[in-house]
Amino acid sequence: MATFSLSHVKLSGIAACVPKKNESNLDYDWISEPERQLLIKTTGIENRRIAERGTTSADFCFAAAQNLLKELNWNAADVEILVFVSQSPDYFLPASAVILQDKLGLPKTTLAFDINLGCSGYVYGLSMIASMMSNTKIKKGLLLVGDVSSISLNKRDKSTYPLFGDAGTATALEYDEQAARMDFNLQSDGSGYNAIIIPDGGSRQKLEDASYKEEEVEKGIIRSRANLKLDGLEVFNFSLREVAPNINALLQYNSTTIDDYDHFVFHQGNKLMNESIRKKLKLDPAKVPYSLKEYGNTSSASIPVTIVSQLSEQVKSKKNKMIFSGFGVGLSWGSVALSTEHLICPPVIEI
Amino acid sequence: MNIDDFIKKVENEIDEITPGVLKPDTNFRDIAEWSSMHALILIALIDADYNVTITGEDLRNSKTMNDLFNIVKSRVS
Repeated sequence: MATFSLSHVKLSGIAACVPKKNESNLDYDWISEPERQLLIKTTGIENRRIAERGTTSADFCFAAAQNLLKELNWNAADVEILVFVSQSPDYFLPASAVILQDKLGLPKTTLAFDINLGCSGYVYGLSMIASMMSNTKIKKGLLLVGDVSSISLNKRDKSTYPLFGDAGTATALEYDEQAARMDFNLQSDGSGYNAIIIPDGGSRQKLEDASYKEEEVEKGIIRSRANLKLDGLEVFNFSLREVAPNINALLQYNSTTIDDYDHFVFHQGNKLMNESIRKKLKLDPAKVPYSLKEYGNTSSASIPVTIVSQLSEQVKSKKNKMIFSGFGVGLSWGSVALSTEHLICPPVIEI
Repeated sequence: MNIDDFIKKVENEIDEITPGVLKPDTNFRDIAEWSSMHALILIALIDADYNVTITGEDLRNSKTMNDLFNIVKSRVS
């Protein structure tokens, strides 16, 4: 079982950047008024930020990182590792992390690479960067996590379009011998790869004219093979089945209980799903923040977006023990238990 | 467990249903404007109250409240 601990690395700050342009699901006229109301009530998603074409995940992460470096008073020249997590990178190749190294003015001694994960990506990204920093004793690192999902969505697909928002985030980490341990439990099940997928555009099926042919899959769902496809019921059942046991196994591994934690920050998929998981774990609603209403499902960015937009006062002012849990596309899921103290956490910025 | 309780629970969860309207032989797709959101609500309810997983295929293979109830009943441990 991929449960493990990492020492000597701490979180120093988190920042987020979203597009200026807001879209409200109250205006989503592809579906009827009662259906709109039911969608908003069930998913909890009212507003989503949508990137202008040509502005990418890397751009939002870049703006968040610049803001965070400034707030931390860090010199870019001192950062020696940059990890970028996204499923909407700038190019097939090269890796966006390498381009960001140069744009942010990090030295050529920086190690930089991309990770291709979505909803679970923040937790996986934390495990990768903390593991490398713990082993290499690199002093300062940046984890940049974000997605522009809107670029892959079909406006006439009610099963995807009203759910996703765009965002980019930056998390700063430091090597510190005194840092509290981070405990992880990471899992995968590729048998469900087809539950959330963009079928065409990769190496298995390159984009061709037929990729853009739109088909009505069922009432209210029109999409092409270049669009994101989401099997909502499949993902819902996966999350109900796997997330609570994953967290329970983590608690067993590090010998803690639910009551030891101040906050549980979940990937923001939909409200009904997260509330079902919350009830299974018997968590106090006050400990489970949501950013769904304002930002929708921001894919890999959802956990840091939720912290920055909902918990900034708490993480800035005191010590917190928290569990983060990401789950979805892959299927891939994982959780981390960690402590933070006086995080630098500037308000969400817009570009 | 009995079907009357099951129907009451469903009526409680789905606001669009007027209590008393749902019968064992009601086709649940006739509920208001049936949508995938209702499917999620049913799945969440059955998972929470009966600890039973209902898949998309189960829903496709069921028509009435009774069909659904029988699936749940057959899987309750």
